Amino acid sequence: MQIVAKDLTYIYSEKSKSLAVRAVDGVTLTIDEGEFFGIVGRTGSGKSTFVQHLNGLIKVGKDKGSLKIGEFDLTDKDCDFMALRSKVGMVFQYPEAQLFAETVFDDVAFGLKNFYPELSPEETTERVKTALTLVGLNYEEVKEKSPFELSGGQKRRVAIAGVIVTRPEVLVLDEPAAGLDPVGKRDFIRLLKELHKTFVKTIIIVSHDMNLVSENCSRAVVFDKGKIALSGTPKEIFSDAKKVAELGLDLPVTAKLTNDLKDKGIIIDSDLTTDDFIQKYLRAVKDKGGAL
Amino acid sequence: MSLISLKDVKFSYDKTNPAVDGVSFNVEKGEYIAVIGHNGSGKSTLARLINGLLSPDEGEIYVDDIKVGDKKTVFEVRKRVGVVFQNPDNQLVASIVEDDVAFGPENLGIPRKEIGERIDFALDAVGMQDFRKSSPTRLSGGQKQRVAIAGVLALKPQILILDESTAMLDPKGRKEVLSVVKKLNKEQAVTVLAITHYMEEVVDADRVIVLDSGKIVMQDTPREIFKREKELKEIGLELPLASYIANKMRKNGIELPEGVLTEQELSEALCK
Amino acid sequence: MKEMTFGQYYPTNSPVHKMNASVKILLVIAYIVAVFMVDYYHFLGLLACLFAIVIATVIARVPFGRMLKSIKGVIFLVVFSAVLQVFFNKQGTPLWEGGFITDEGLLTAGFITMRIVLIVLGASLLTLTTSPVELADGIEFLLYPLKYIKFPVHEFALIMSIALRFIPTLLEETDRIIKAQKARGANFESGNIFKRAKALIPVLIPLLISSFRRADELADAMDARCYAGSKVRTKYKKTTFGLGDLFGLLFFAGLIVGVVYLNGFYLYPYLVA
Repeated sequence: MQIVAKDLTYIYSEKSKSLAVRAVDGVTLTIDEGEFFGIVGRTGSGKSTFVQHLNGLIKVGKDKGSLKIGEFDLTDKDCDFMALRSKVGMVFQYPEAQLFAETVFDDVAFGLKNFYPELSPEETTERVKTALTLVGLNYEEVKEKSPFELSGGQKRRVAIAGVIVTRPEVLVLDEPAAGLDPVGKRDFIRLLKELHKTFVKTIIIVSHDMNLVSENCSRAVVFDKGKIALSGTPKEIFSDAKKVAELGLDLPVTAKLTNDLKDKGIIIDSDLTTDDFIQKYLRAVKDKGGAL
Repeated sequence: MSLISLKDVKFSYDKTNPAVDGVSFNVEKGEYIAVIGHNGSGKSTLARLINGLLSPDEGEIYVDDIKVGDKKTVFEVRKRVGVVFQNPDNQLVASIVEDDVAFGPENLGIPRKEIGERIDFALDAVGMQDFRKSSPTRLSGGQKQRVAIAGVLALKPQILILDESTAMLDPKGRKEVLSVVKKLNKEQAVTVLAITHYMEEVVDADRVIVLDSGKIVMQDTPREIFKREKELKEIGLELPLASYIANKMRKNGIELPEGVLTEQELSEALCK
Repeated sequence: MKEMTFGQYYPTNSPVHKMNASVKILLVIAYIVAVFMVDYYHFLGLLACLFAIVIATVIARVPFGRMLKSIKGVIFLVVFSAVLQVFFNKQGTPLWEGGFITDEGLLTAGFITMRIVLIVLGASLLTLTTSPVELADGIEFLLYPLKYIKFPVHEFALIMSIALRFIPTLLEETDRIIKAQKARGANFESGNIFKRAKALIPVLIPLLISSFRRADELADAMDARCYAGSKVRTKYKKTTFGLGDLFGLLFFAGLIVGVVYLNGFYLYPYLVA
């Protein structure tokens, strides 16, 4: 499913002159099926408000632009938001906060039962099992456990399973690695990449971590004051260090090194992932005939 | 004698699985110590033991020559050891910044005039004087944590423990908090014990203590610690990104000095 | 959103805002007593009360619109009691031969309506000019004498102020959890009352769990800052009593005297004459 937003605008407290905030201000953006897409920007730049539109948690207002996701026209009054939400999964920051059921099984099945009440118990079991396996948990081991007795990292996986259980084609994650320790974080990113190979065709992450974006995203946009300030591949976005700093963001380490080396006359044309950066650096040094 | 000293400290929440399992170390006045370890390694328990929120099952803890864990001395210890916790929303008591900062001194029964002076000092130290009359709910995460630090500073502690105080902040908030803490350490000689799992926050520390399953497994300068990539990986930790890239480059045959810690150092090494 | 405010505090720098909260609470109580002291159908007394509250509002520099907004909340109560009086009060003389609406019914309806409106205006002026924190402090001060019968005044006040502090945080959290469950297909808007109540479980349980966690962490943070109950505690905030407070006391004392005096004038005969 392709996501097409045109001139999307959202204003908080629109009726009040003094409190009105244009949280999203005329955003035009296309996210293609299959992308691993990054949305970045400082706190309060409007990125959270924007992504909440994607599954209708915030409705597109009248004369506030248009938003289409695959077949769904979110501007249409008759848009089937339930069907949309089963196709566009949303994982909030610290998603483990939404766990509530007595067992892991029941919690994961919650969304499934809401979206597909007609599903047979066997089918439900099958889907819950698939979801838990996909997030790297042992179904037999955890299904009867209380979600609250799991470790932090496991809780987060259960929460993700509860979202992907409906087989969404688009998965939106807000700050997915927040609060995880380094290895937990690395494993989690790996999990997202695995999910990207399944029915989850498009992954959209909202993050403050520029290294995470440059390492994993095919494309990204930078939000600033509700508008899109920069967009393109990580390489394109992070090429203008001054602009990036103005937008309140850090450079990924690879971009910083690329800039510093450029000042010394060493041009490294990498896509800013660590591996590619190292390869291109090796080549550049070789070309210069430098001693290795 | 050292400012903080732990001798063979053991603690368990459930009397079977030790959270802290025979830990001994000393901290000298003015030091900046970082404590790292994966989630559940016992590092937060350590913070709670040092200021007497928990009492050790075995072993002894001394702060400024006062034994921690006695009922009689508990306030003497807490006056000396301030703790800033992880969630900025769950440690502010009052609806107005200055009232929150006043909370600690009020508890000690300090006269009104002096409380006013302490609020001034504490808010100046964290750069939040302009928000004195604001409500914490309107502040950013970084600003809330600075207020939390001010609330602790108002008790004039000698030791500041940061228990993952930056974990829930955005990069800007994290920088704000870190720069305030570093300034306190340099200018006011506050001894700092920073518990974290952001490796980038560790590189400036005087000493790093690495915990795994409640035990100290390494204790050294950051530069020495991060030379031990393999061992760190085995206990669920990683290198700071710059060190990681440097190591990877070295494996690819690029000549780089060992023990690169920061972007800056890596950049300088590459640009030579 | 961050801008979320609760209560209806309208900050200006007026003398009324600067008044001691305890004094203001006492004055509002005095004012309500005055409203109730006005004998039935003695509209002059009510007018005096209205006059008093209008003057106070002007001094407080609170827009009348904000004051009137507060009446909106009780409009149902006002209309309900007025209708009740108009249609079911059988005392007095019918307005027309065989009619069921009596003069007394109409007068009582008018009187009760004014009384409710006046009381609401008084209470809102208090909340519009006093922040929740000041209110809590004011109540604490007024409850202080209860300490001598072992009432835990300090603990009570602390609970109030912590509750005030956490209301916005918990509202924000509730909003987040509702959204997360909506994204998982939860439906809070349709179905009968039982279905809706059941739909709230996935919101209430996470909220409860997080509140316990917050309480736990807050307790640790308070302990770490040497909290030990009220034993040695001092208070940073000063309770002051200024000229404004004195003036306010005199003003409302005057109102009560005025009401008593006006109770001597029975207007009704002139109204029907």
